[in-house]
Amino acid sequence: MTSRTLVRTALTVLLLAPAAFAQTVNLSGAGSTFIYPLASKWFNEYNKLHPQIQINYQSIGSGGGIRQFSQDRTVDFGETDGPMTDQQLKESKVQPVVHLPMALGGVVPVYNLRVGGLRFSGETLADIYLGKIVMWDDPAIAKDNPGVKLPSDPITVVHRADGSGTTYTWVDYLSKVSGAFKQKVGVGTSVTWPVGLGGKGNEGVAGLVKQTPGAIGYVELIYALQTKIACAPVKNAAGEFVNASLASVSAAAATANIPADYRVSITNAPGKAVYPISTFTWLLATPSMQDAKKKKALHDFLVWAVTKGQGYSEGLGYAPLPKNLVQRELKDIGKLK
Amino acid sequence: MDAPAIETPEMTPPSLVLQILPEGIRRWRSTGRGADRLFRLVTGMCAAAVAGLLLIVILFMVKGSLPAIRDHGLGFVLSPDWDPTNQKYGALTFLFGTAYTSLIGMAIALPLGVLTAVALVEILPRGLAKAISLAVELLAAIPSVLLGLWGIFELVPLVRSFEIAIYRSPLGFRKLPIFSGAPLGVGFLAAGLLLAIMALPFILSVSREVLLQVPTAQREAAYALGATRWQAIRKFILPYSWKGIFGAGLLGLARVLGETMAVTMVIGNTPQIKASLFASGYTLASVIANEFTEAPSDLAISALISLGLILLVLTVLLNAAARLMLIYLNRRMGTQGAK
Amino acid sequence: MSRSHQLRKLHGRTMEALCLLAALAAVAPLFAFLWHLVSMGAGALNPALFTQLPLPPGEVGGGLKNAILGTLLVVGTATVVGIPVGVGAAVYMTEFARPRMAATLRFACDVLSGVPSIVMGLLAFQVMVRPMHHFSALSGALALAFIMLPVVVITTQEMLHLVPHSLREAGHALGIPAWRIASSISMRAAAPGILTGAILSVSRIAGETAPMLFTAFGNPFLSLDPKAPIATLPHTIFTYAISPYDDWHRLAWGGALILVLGILGATLLSRFILWWHQRGLNA
Repeated sequence: MTSRTLVRTALTVLLLAPAAFAQTVNLSGAGSTFIYPLASKWFNEYNKLHPQIQINYQSIGSGGGIRQFSQDRTVDFGETDGPMTDQQLKESKVQPVVHLPMALGGVVPVYNLRVGGLRFSGETLADIYLGKIVMWDDPAIAKDNPGVKLPSDPITVVHRADGSGTTYTWVDYLSKVSGAFKQKVGVGTSVTWPVGLGGKGNEGVAGLVKQTPGAIGYVELIYALQTKIACAPVKNAAGEFVNASLASVSAAAATANIPADYRVSITNAPGKAVYPISTFTWLLATPSMQDAKKKKALHDFLVWAVTKGQGYSEGLGYAPLPKNLVQRELKDIGKLK
Repeated sequence: MDAPAIETPEMTPPSLVLQILPEGIRRWRSTGRGADRLFRLVTGMCAAAVAGLLLIVILFMVKGSLPAIRDHGLGFVLSPDWDPTNQKYGALTFLFGTAYTSLIGMAIALPLGVLTAVALVEILPRGLAKAISLAVELLAAIPSVLLGLWGIFELVPLVRSFEIAIYRSPLGFRKLPIFSGAPLGVGFLAAGLLLAIMALPFILSVSREVLLQVPTAQREAAYALGATRWQAIRKFILPYSWKGIFGAGLLGLARVLGETMAVTMVIGNTPQIKASLFASGYTLASVIANEFTEAPSDLAISALISLGLILLVLTVLLNAAARLMLIYLNRRMGTQGAK
Repeated sequence: MSRSHQLRKLHGRTMEALCLLAALAAVAPLFAFLWHLVSMGAGALNPALFTQLPLPPGEVGGGLKNAILGTLLVVGTATVVGIPVGVGAAVYMTEFARPRMAATLRFACDVLSGVPSIVMGLLAFQVMVRPMHHFSALSGALALAFIMLPVVVITTQEMLHLVPHSLREAGHALGIPAWRIASSISMRAAAPGILTGAILSVSRIAGETAPMLFTAFGNPFLSLDPKAPIATLPHTIFTYAISPYDDWHRLAWGGALILVLGILGATLLSRFILWWHQRGLNA
């Protein structure tokens, strides 16, 4: 008898739940873990302003975001830090796909070592990730860090286990500075790594580096700041060691000539003040969305995100979008309405 | 995971008959024949659903795997590549990881489980034995993800200090292939240890049953011949049980092969084939868990489903073999017991 | 002779000691786990854990309200589907099916119960998420129902087998139709056992994580919409465990403690029901 009551209650809940939540607009998005802290903040704040709009975002990695959005169509929008390739755009089951830059950020090398204050050149990083440099006291690391007493410990390389825009940015940069890296690993959201441990998402990489003495990894700046893992400046194209910061990432964006579809790489940009591993991060949307309510909700959110929402960027270690870019984007967002 | 063994209630038929029969008769009077057919039909459909589930899972896993099999051929199974950038996929590294971690797990859990079963059945007083069985049964109820959580924060650091000790050891252990590589903490060893913990309850409960089935005559005969307790165990009881214990091993193995979360959390997620216990690796189940939602292409999804198919085939075969073996043994025991 | 006897005895004692040591090692992980769980989890247990939603990554505070309710909803839905079908199938197998058919079905259940949960997740993804183009609470519940079905059948069948044949025969002798014998005699007699099995199978799926990754998918908001993605406790614990944030680790341990209390509580409850039932019968 109790089981019958239980069944009845459960059925009632099941049948009533959709009705009770009918007014709520439930948007779902997936992708980049790079922008996750900022995106999550946005969705949280936006929900406070508009309680009827819930934007569920899962940080599964950019590769997954592109796929879930354009192939399986399981989410309403994607997020990626590596733009979709021409082939991906052609094969997309969602047409047309619009790339919208949402923020700027830097990918930083992070490490867990008894000594701090390290810095790296791109070539050194490439050789570490190729497995050519395996000890912390390797001459190449010593050359980048004169005067630092490096321990004779093995290096544990940590990379992403999932398809990732952070990886895309990282290997895009390493391929630009190292021919060997370009040949052996190449550029993509998922690549085959010669060495290292795989972490799931920026969160997983930061977690692994934090848990593993002697580890080196790469994450979006905010993950290093929030978790207080040591991060290192990187030598840019002009030969300067530069920390990732609001100014240095913005400087990289300022050098770029942004095309109409916004797909542009800004790694290894020229200029003395430039942080070399910088990138835009894009939201993927489509004007061909079916559900009118969802469509409007997404449009309204996007307008808010590229304007007022940019105010949250700085506090979280991202650089806000340049003003002229926002003006251009607002026109394109208008087409999504 | 099977449900942990439930202690069977001992029923007393007379009281039940008195309790239940009158009720049955009362209700029956108010119903007709059509109800009988309907009841059969409904329960029959439920049974069909269960059989259907097995067919559907096989069907869909094969169907989902087809694109990858069509693209790569059956060489997929033995190819060591896993290169999403160039759309090249192969199962070998993951098969290796699954096999290696399972092997470590079984190598620890099997002797531990059998020795514990011996202790429970032959040595310890009943009360204590019961308490220990209960504790190990509760271990079986702990979800994999929680063992993984514990693994990350307690086991991995422990394994790492062990690895560092080996690494720094003046005896040069690290020159041995199974101890080579940097002390990471995460890797085959940590994953194998968690699998051992997960397999243990199964091996223990099956071995315990097998030992309990050894006829008392066998024991008494041993003691009558003047054997010490250990000799009785070693020469008269274990030989009688080893086939059943082998079945327990198969069941435990089938269970750990598909174990996902705990392994994913401590294995390091690196597709590589290394002999070292300290190396990081990847298993069939953990690559599916990590990459399925984030796979970049349809082919990648299909390749991951193929890995799932391999896992399905392996576990079905192992389970079937283990069950058949235990059924066979039970039958044999039954006839011998009757003699 | 006496010397070799002494040696034999010593050898025997050593081996026995080894067995005892093994028994000790077998229970050690449980206590190590529980100790760590309680010491880490107790500090995280507070009202906020149950009443608040998660905060964006890196912010301190928040709770697991969405995941706790999500788990209840998903597991509840799976139970509503899985238990009746499982019990029905078991009744058919014990009461109506020919022995050969029953044995085949039983074998299918044994094999199904060994299918890894992640494979059942892949199945749910293919039959539900892909065609519907949405991750959803419902697809998560479906995966869990797949997983629990064979478990329910096996335990129910075992319980029905324990009902003495004489009882059924008495029913037949009185001319009671087969379905009445099944429902009013066998099932009633086995009811406490079936309930126990049901509780155990629920506690078994409550901690499932792998299939949730690509069915329920997760959701930082409180959602009760069965067609939308939903957070579950085990999935959230996984995400938080591998994250770099200390506060998320704290929440993960808090969530773990809740989950273990629920699961161990259910396991003990089922034992209590059996014990109570037995006592009632013996009295």
